[in-house]
Amino acid sequence: MSGRARLVAVLALLAGAAVLPLFVSNFRLFQFTQVATYAIALLGLNMLTGYNGQISLGHGAFYALGAYTAAIMIDRWSLPYALTLPAAGLLCLVAGFLFGIPALRLEGLYLALATFALALAVPQILKYFEDWTGGSQGIVLSKPKAPWGLPLNPDQWLYFVTLAVMLVLFVLARNLLAGRTGRAIVAIRDNATAAQAMGINTALYKSLTFGVSAAYTGVAGALSALTIAFVAPDTFNVFLSITFLVGIVVGGLASISGAILGGFFIQFVPNWAQDISKAAPWAIYGVFLILTMYVMPFGIAGTVRLLVARRRRRAETARAATAPRAGTAKAG
Amino acid sequence: MEILVQQIVSGLATGGIYGSVALALVMIYQATDVVNYAQGEMAMFSTYLAWTMINAGLPYWVAFFGTLLVSFAGGVLIERVVIRPVEGKPILTIVIVCIGLLVIFNSLAGWIYSYIQKPFPSPFPERPIMLGVVVFGAHDLGAIGVTLIVLAFLYAFFRYTTLGLAMRAAAQNPASSRLCGIRVGWMLAIGWGLAAMVGAVAGMMVAPIVFLDPNMMAGILIYAFASATLGGFTSPGGAVVGGLIVGVLENIAGTYISFIGTELKLTVALAVILVVLVFKPSGLFGRAAVHRV
Amino acid sequence: MRQRSWMFVLLAILALAGIVPAGAADMPGITASEIKIGHTNPYSGNASAYGTIGKVEAAYFKMINEQGGINGRKINFVSYDDGYSPPKTVEMVRKLVEQDQVAFVFNTLGTPTNTAIHKYMNQQKIPHLFVATGATKWGDPEHFPWTMGWQPTYQAEAKIYAAYVMKNVPNAKIGILYQNDDYGKDYLKGFKDGLAKANAAKAIVLEQSYETTDPTVDSQVVNLKNSGANVFFNITIPKYAAQAIKKAHDIGWKPLHLLNNVSASVGTVLKPAGFEASKDLITTQYLKDPTDPEWKNDAGYKEWLAFMKKYYPDGNVEDAFNVYGYTAAQGLVHVLKQCGNDLSRENVMKQAANIKDLSLPMLLPGIKVNTGPKDFYPIEQEQLVKFDGERWVRFGETYDASKH
Repeated sequence: MSGRARLVAVLALLAGAAVLPLFVSNFRLFQFTQVATYAIALLGLNMLTGYNGQISLGHGAFYALGAYTAAIMIDRWSLPYALTLPAAGLLCLVAGFLFGIPALRLEGLYLALATFALALAVPQILKYFEDWTGGSQGIVLSKPKAPWGLPLNPDQWLYFVTLAVMLVLFVLARNLLAGRTGRAIVAIRDNATAAQAMGINTALYKSLTFGVSAAYTGVAGALSALTIAFVAPDTFNVFLSITFLVGIVVGGLASISGAILGGFFIQFVPNWAQDISKAAPWAIYGVFLILTMYVMPFGIAGTVRLLVARRRRRAETARAATAPRAGTAKAG
Repeated sequence: MEILVQQIVSGLATGGIYGSVALALVMIYQATDVVNYAQGEMAMFSTYLAWTMINAGLPYWVAFFGTLLVSFAGGVLIERVVIRPVEGKPILTIVIVCIGLLVIFNSLAGWIYSYIQKPFPSPFPERPIMLGVVVFGAHDLGAIGVTLIVLAFLYAFFRYTTLGLAMRAAAQNPASSRLCGIRVGWMLAIGWGLAAMVGAVAGMMVAPIVFLDPNMMAGILIYAFASATLGGFTSPGGAVVGGLIVGVLENIAGTYISFIGTELKLTVALAVILVVLVFKPSGLFGRAAVHRV
Repeated sequence: MRQRSWMFVLLAILALAGIVPAGAADMPGITASEIKIGHTNPYSGNASAYGTIGKVEAAYFKMINEQGGINGRKINFVSYDDGYSPPKTVEMVRKLVEQDQVAFVFNTLGTPTNTAIHKYMNQQKIPHLFVATGATKWGDPEHFPWTMGWQPTYQAEAKIYAAYVMKNVPNAKIGILYQNDDYGKDYLKGFKDGLAKANAAKAIVLEQSYETTDPTVDSQVVNLKNSGANVFFNITIPKYAAQAIKKAHDIGWKPLHLLNNVSASVGTVLKPAGFEASKDLITTQYLKDPTDPEWKNDAGYKEWLAFMKKYYPDGNVEDAFNVYGYTAAQGLVHVLKQCGNDLSRENVMKQAANIKDLSLPMLLPGIKVNTGPKDFYPIEQEQLVKFDGERWVRFGETYDASKH
């Protein structure tokens, strides 16, 4: 796709997303809010895993940290909810950066295991600090209402908030990844030693990527706390982290649009699975997952990219094929 | 003192369970270079097969070895049918396929056998062994023994048989092995078969203690990962020792460090592992990975 | 002209989006021939053992429909999987309410999951009936007039054990094993409140918790034994209950063993743990245990068994959850019959709060369902029982939490 075609597609999608509340019920809107929330978290994870090559099975931990930051700020300290998003982002940035430092020593499988340990520890730690987190009872919140007398109900308002946050974060990520920093991040994934030899401070970049990635996921967590209006340790189990990983791989690694596609997948496919079979919903989901990987081993975005590239190549060969004939015609 | 000894004994017993599942994980990692997240659920499913055979009236050991055979065949089949299409694809693609397998096995077991836990027989005497005031469960000791026997077999297999050597070669350097005439694809399939078999043994040793249900392995798999990490993913013996250490460590931390108590004992075990990973990423007994530039 | 046609399209869209649901809003989920009921349950994930409750309820409503329904209306029971995850419950319940337009929600399972929808149901003013959890907070008509519990609360049950210990064990030294979540802590609180009443809070010598990710509770049981406790209060779900019973027996610990009702099933807990190890266990019951030979010729049991065979042949007839779901569904059918033709949400709630001395076939003899405008705890009576090595034997009188 050329740059302009892509721009038009993105703008069309945005326009579609903006008028969506006119057409769908509040419940559907709530589901789309969740898709957008997941997309933010997936983009965060994708920066780390897709672009930088560090596998994390523990991003549920940062999602939890973000969600609880929001819940505690609103419920315990009565702060405005708008403050919770930057706070969650900052806190997770620091936490991610700090976790990224020891993680520097780990690669591939070992990093996956270390982050897995992080995800496992979360529910226990949340229960342990009961005074803050409300223990296993969790914290019940109220949905924020639309300000300035806007004629929107809370679902619609949250949808727009989430969409706006997603837009800002996606544009930021795009700029970050398309520039110098992005090239450094990808270079480290492709060949860390060579990257270092070229003067990239791999340690710094890797920890920073970890931090930014965690920050994105943390903001998503805070948004989820607002949408669901309830946080509890049971929400943040290991399966959540695994679901995120499924989301980025199915959506497409190292792809920004892949994060959104992944968000749709993890939100809607489990629901379809249970519509097909209530006896064994997970079996259907598992089959679906495996088949998706067979058909699209590089994820949905990766496959689209391949198809587009193939078409372009075919067009080029066609052009190349016609060119000499034109030449001969001239000669003849 | 009495408590300490009893806690160590009980830690060794649960540690033996972790070790046996960790062994299966390490096994498949060695043979195929993949960490199989579905390992626990495959072991659980094998155990259900054993349960079906025993319930059909077969003697324990017939069912035991029958299950090993079926599990081996099943493992080979899964590799050939399910994993084959994504062979050579990005590692995360394979991971997702394994996660797909995990949820399928879990769901199928629940569908076929229901989620109610079932007692599973132990081949060892029921009477606990008393040594002074300390009680050893006969099954616990037996299970550790079985794990050690499996370990010895694996060691001998990989060290002294041509097939074992070929498998190691295929996992470590597929291209060169292919040039030597090793059928790499089949080696991987046999690796999966063996791992399924080791998993089946682990499942049948675990089930008498935790009871058989479709979610039986979920908690154990977590600890098995921890054990394998601690011992080193490249070392089968390390995985078993790692399991025993995690089992004991967890009990002692939970009993003696009061602010930890039973509430944070998993957290402590995980923290220890993180520390080990940071200082010795290849685990206590593993080989350090060497990078070629 | 063109502009006007666009306006028309826009208005049509707005009408479709806004007015269509509003048109049916006076009695959502109710038509002349149907009552639509919503439900969530874990059919996948760690808690899927509870899935059978949803299935047995669906089977029961199918039977009711075959028998002609309720006042000529068939029950349309819409049940979704929430995997025991609170955000998923919120999503599924909103789907039930806003998209499927159910009349009300019934027997949704789990404490954290129901907590997540508690406020929503009450803001929307939709009956949130007979929730499948024993937490105490469901019976609070003053603040949450649309939510009602079903089974005896964990706290009330724990108080029965506390009273029993105080009365029967003079020098009680109590060890407790509990699940580290709201269910375990609710029991713990009830038990401690009960002891405190008798100034005996100090009788507890050791509390041990476990997580549902723990493979075994062996270490905890060893510690409890070594604490010198002579009373063991076992607050665990079936899997760990069976382990703890077996482990205590294996290491030769023979305390007075109190087991929470959550795990009192003979078929799924005591049988795996072993009948010898289970001897002399004490628990409370309010339902008939389907494995108990005492009920072999009981009319209620025979009716249940015939129902299971015909409408839920895949279901396990040893599983007490299948009795639980059956009984809850019967409670609901009673309420709906009592509503007559007025199935408005207000009247459903009003009738649910107006159950008088209802006996159901699988409730223990003498146990009745009672509610009132200020009493949102339908089942409050329980019976102490002791395991004689084969079956639960009732002893003492029926204990009524509403009178204590």
